[in-house]
Amino acid sequence: MTMHDVSLDQPLFRVEGLTKRYGKRIGCADVSFDLWPGEVLGIVGESGSGKSTLLGCLAGHMQADEGKILYRGRNTLTMPEPERRVLSRTEWAFVHQNPRDGLRMGVSAGGNVGERLMAIGARNYGDIRETAADWLGRVEIAGERIDDRPRQFSGGMQQRLQIARNLVTSPRLVFMDEPTGGLDVSVQARLLDLLRGLVRDMGLSVIIVTHDLAVARLLADRLMVMKDGHVIEHGLTDQVLDDPQAAYTQLLVSSVLQV
Amino acid sequence: MIEIENLSKSFTLHNQGGAVIPVMAGAHLRVEPGECVALTGQSGAGKSTLMRMIYGNYLAASGSIRIGGVDVATVTPRDIIRLRRETLGYVSQYLRVVPRVPTRTVVAEPLLALGKPEGEAHARAEELLTMLNIPERLWSLSPTTFSGGEQQRVNIARGFAHEYPAMLLDEPTASLDARNRDVVLSLIEGAKARGAAIIGIFHDEGARNQVCDRVVDVTGFTPKAAA
Repeated sequence: MTMHDVSLDQPLFRVEGLTKRYGKRIGCADVSFDLWPGEVLGIVGESGSGKSTLLGCLAGHMQADEGKILYRGRNTLTMPEPERRVLSRTEWAFVHQNPRDGLRMGVSAGGNVGERLMAIGARNYGDIRETAADWLGRVEIAGERIDDRPRQFSGGMQQRLQIARNLVTSPRLVFMDEPTGGLDVSVQARLLDLLRGLVRDMGLSVIIVTHDLAVARLLADRLMVMKDGHVIEHGLTDQVLDDPQAAYTQLLVSSVLQV
Repeated sequence: MIEIENLSKSFTLHNQGGAVIPVMAGAHLRVEPGECVALTGQSGAGKSTLMRMIYGNYLAASGSIRIGGVDVATVTPRDIIRLRRETLGYVSQYLRVVPRVPTRTVVAEPLLALGKPEGEAHARAEELLTMLNIPERLWSLSPTTFSGGEQQRVNIARGFAHEYPAMLLDEPTASLDARNRDVVLSLIEGAKARGAAIIGIFHDEGARNQVCDRVVDVTGFTPKAAA
């Protein structure tokens, strides 16, 4: 397991009082949590609950209005933009719900993965292609598809390619926005299996937004439940799902046919 | 190893008029290393509730649940995750896995989570699967399509892969034939012999008598006011 030089006794990511408003409306309000190395945090809630806004603010795609986001002790909200960009290219990764938002559709599969390596300074063509091929294998895309464009791939394959593109640089923190949304159940299972293995083997910390409680149960160590921009419940995943305390969480859990 | 004091639990049903249902009060229990304690009581008396609280799956309303010095009732989720990984095992009645993961890996997972090398983890998994009479041709398949009895044996193999100092067993011999039942009982006896503290629910009286040192009737922990 590669843990780099991250201390296991310190949170990798600490969020304090994060608030984002859209005019008078609240996007998310007063969100605080710690994320530790190797931990998967699930954020669940209905559409409009603020979970995507929160993820966007955390990943730096949106500007938060108040609060602190500390990554290994450094506040990413006040960090100079170039520095933050380097972070998003190297130690962070973002997996979009729609692979088309995270892939370059006109570039080959190998190119999509290799491009990330070049962005952090890799120059040797042979090495880049070899690493890209290795990663396609890890996400179970046949080697002979390396020169095909993502357009020729199925939805599940595109999603796996997006994951390869994101993880090839060995990030420490991965943001995921509904990564299994819109996929067939069988394809979802394959992706979940793959993600779990990668999280364990690479010691990844993950923040995953999902509305699918079954996905949350299988992937997340801890859950935050959001409603109207607020975190209304936070705890161990199976405890939140099996013994929910807040009225809204009870409703959410009981509305699902079977988790 | 396991020490429970003055534990209580109630459920508040916010979406059913805010009804508060007290289900447990004043529960206490102590299990020493190498000891196996059976929980008894009628269906609905709170055996599973108590097990789930010990595992941190249900929140305690008050009281303490100390397992090797860690109080499950008050520690952070992160500490419970670590406790479950290293110290406290749980064999539930139902196997819950990601579809598609091969049986061998399902059983090896607790060891892989502890950072054990894959070869070693898989070897231990294969040893347990062999003991529990899961045919080798099934090891590379996902257990989701197996029969109920096979799934349960996979679940047991997984539960015994790591040598947890404390274990919770929920009906570990239910729906097993005589041969496999004996294997499970010998696994439990082996765990006791190496010093594991075990709490179990056994409807199978013969099994209970064979492996348990004491019986605790949870009816004594039922709140007096409960209807």
